[in-house]
Amino acid sequence: MNEGAGARLLPMGERAVLVELASLAGVLALAGALQAARPPGVVDLVPAARTVLVQVDPAVLTLAQARAWIERVAAGERPGGAGGAHPPAAPARSHVIDVRYDGPDLAAVAAALGLAPGELVARHTAADWRVAFTGFAPGFGYLISPQWPFDVPRLPAPRTAVPEGALGLAAEFSGVYPRRTPGGWQLIGTAATRMFDPLAAEPALLAPGDLVRFRAVGT
Amino acid sequence: MSGASILIEAPGLLATVQDLGRPGHADQGIAPSGALDRGALALANRLLGNARGAAALEITMGGFSAVLVPARRAAPGATPHAAPRGLWIALTGARGDAEIDGRPFGPNQAVFWPAGTRLRIGMAEAGVRFCLAVRGGIDAPIVAGSRSSDVLAGLGHPPLAPGDTVAIAGDLAGPIPASDPVPRGLERALLEVALAPGPRAEWFTPAARAALFDATWLVSNDSNRVGMRLHGPVLERVRAGELPSEGMVVGAVQVPPSGMPTVLLSDGPVTGGYPVIAVVAAASLDRLAQARPGERLRFRRATL
Repeated sequence: MNEGAGARLLPMGERAVLVELASLAGVLALAGALQAARPPGVVDLVPAARTVLVQVDPAVLTLAQARAWIERVAAGERPGGAGGAHPPAAPARSHVIDVRYDGPDLAAVAAALGLAPGELVARHTAADWRVAFTGFAPGFGYLISPQWPFDVPRLPAPRTAVPEGALGLAAEFSGVYPRRTPGGWQLIGTAATRMFDPLAAEPALLAPGDLVRFRAVGT
Repeated sequence: MSGASILIEAPGLLATVQDLGRPGHADQGIAPSGALDRGALALANRLLGNARGAAALEITMGGFSAVLVPARRAAPGATPHAAPRGLWIALTGARGDAEIDGRPFGPNQAVFWPAGTRLRIGMAEAGVRFCLAVRGGIDAPIVAGSRSSDVLAGLGHPPLAPGDTVAIAGDLAGPIPASDPVPRGLERALLEVALAPGPRAEWFTPAARAALFDATWLVSNDSNRVGMRLHGPVLERVRAGELPSEGMVVGAVQVPPSGMPTVLLSDGPVTGGYPVIAVVAAASLDRLAQARPGERLRFRRATL
């Protein structure tokens, strides 16, 4: 009964359902559709690489009601489409992040991709990015773009300290470190925009589905 | 507020500010956090006439001492109660000796803490986490709607250190209700924890899935607000490799390649790549958080 739209519903305790999909594109489509039709009682809706976690307050929305809602929404989706084929019904928030492209790995990454550093910067700033999901640390968004075909390996050994604001690349993703942490992404720049402000009403700048452009500023 | 403040002399193993946490921000990578024994927090707040979500101190294993520092001299013309003579408090959760300037006081009741005196909590004799609540609640910076500390992500007030002072908020619901001490025992029988199904049970052998319920598990020393590691039979997998990271919930029983399960608690990671074999039922989480290193527990199937 769960297979119709390629979404597999897995149990996650008494208050959550984990929906598994075949691709990140399927995740983005379903997460967008669920977000657009989110009923009261959904506490959290957490997209990840192949799954969407739906957590409920069972006093408001029972698990059975949540499963029925997810199945209905999933049945209305066409999975397997290209990334971004299903724009969310609600208008996405968009952000411009100012970056100094001065990262310690910029030259090496550009060389590995067969680009001049300036060319890599031009492609990175020309691309339309979208927050696929978050994780790793509060405020860290995994950004993908249909105009970014590259697959960047992680560093062989992670750095013990990546500074706050560092812009990194790994696999198909771009991401900005919201605070100083260890990290294995290849660093190509430094964002001037703050990604996480604990005392703001909404501490994290990015949420899944948000649109992002990077703008080069003077180094 | 020009009220009294609490000067921490000894925080013990770990003392943090906790309220009901910040659920609903997992899509921004923010864990729910909040008191591990939510029933203990609710009881303490009820005893003091506090708002339901007022923040308190969560004190791990005891060994705590603090002095109540009186408010600074009130400004001329200020009302007399701007310089309070003390503070009503309640201690719930774990059990152990507690005293104010050498005079013992009992748990689960409103107690007056006179300004200028020292409150001590001895080592826990039952349970792990004391909840020390004060009338009005503990004040701390509010992050995403909560004063809770998240020790993994570093949100909220950092864990308390000797010399820290914490102020009192104004999170009141009404007067201190008249009530007798509330009996709320920590049963000493073998702890039974209810488990609901998890998403990746099929990653494990039938023997492992049976052993989860048949074995007696030992709470390891390697336990904190992020997670509780259990010792018991190795839970063998039928599938190797890791998952792409997926959303996690409080109570998720993750099994890393070692085969030794870890139960994620309030400050646990929001996403993770270890398969989840089962999830602790919400009704068992408070009691699990009071399970001591070395204590034994068994899992049973939750009735859904």
